[in-house]
Amino acid sequence: MFEIISFVVLLGCGYLFGRRAEKKHINDIIEREKTFNSLPVIASRYPPENQYYQQQLVAGNVVVASDYFKSFTAGLINIFGGAVAPFEPLLDRGRREAVLRMKEEASKLNADLIFNIKLETTRIATGRTGAIEVLAYGTALIPGSKPAPSTAEAPRAM
Amino acid sequence: MLISNLEVLPGQKIVRHLGLVQGSSVRSKHVGRDIMASLKNIFGGELQGYTELLQESREEATRRMQKQAQEIGANAVLNVRYSTSSIAAGAAEIFVYGSAVELEDHV
Repeated sequence: MFEIISFVVLLGCGYLFGRRAEKKHINDIIEREKTFNSLPVIASRYPPENQYYQQQLVAGNVVVASDYFKSFTAGLINIFGGAVAPFEPLLDRGRREAVLRMKEEASKLNADLIFNIKLETTRIATGRTGAIEVLAYGTALIPGSKPAPSTAEAPRAM
Repeated sequence: MLISNLEVLPGQKIVRHLGLVQGSSVRSKHVGRDIMASLKNIFGGELQGYTELLQESREEATRRMQKQAQEIGANAVLNVRYSTSSIAAGAAEIFVYGSAVELEDHV
């Protein structure tokens, strides 16, 4: 009996909070994407040749977790097969969030463009935890004149 | 040191190719974070602890790669790629690699 009650409570919590969190996150992503419209991300490997750009690797990552309700419904769908709809928005959110974080880093450097973007998704497993990590990285192109040889540029990770 | 995932640098000449350099880092978080993460798994949402963990880990791997590049006399690493694999419950390996080069007029 106790098991059934706890299962129903978990399912309810997952449904209510998970839904609310997802909606909030998607709205937040849409808002922030608007502010970064002027910083295009390009999947090409070859940067424009007509202007000198400084280059800097930028990256953004996020770990998003599934909720109890999603995991349960996904388990049900798994029996019959078909599109696992509950996980699709999760992955979409992860990717867009990672790209946004990368853009935030690039815009702090006053970059004009981000080239050669790569997206990587990994499943992070800790016991029964279902979570994915999305990493987005690319090269930020920062307009500027060709620098004179100097040691001014400090080495910077990421 | 210039680190980029592009293959060409307009206006800059590559003097020497120095081969592959790499860095990796395996990290895991303490149990408290793991418990928090499994709680978050009921409600959904971002696992900030893990996001930070992987970011730190990535920075560490990049530093190691940079160090290796410096040791062989490179001043830039081009065509950098990251890869992540979760090797055990709660631990992830971050691997970064690229080709070390020496650029003309770049210190």
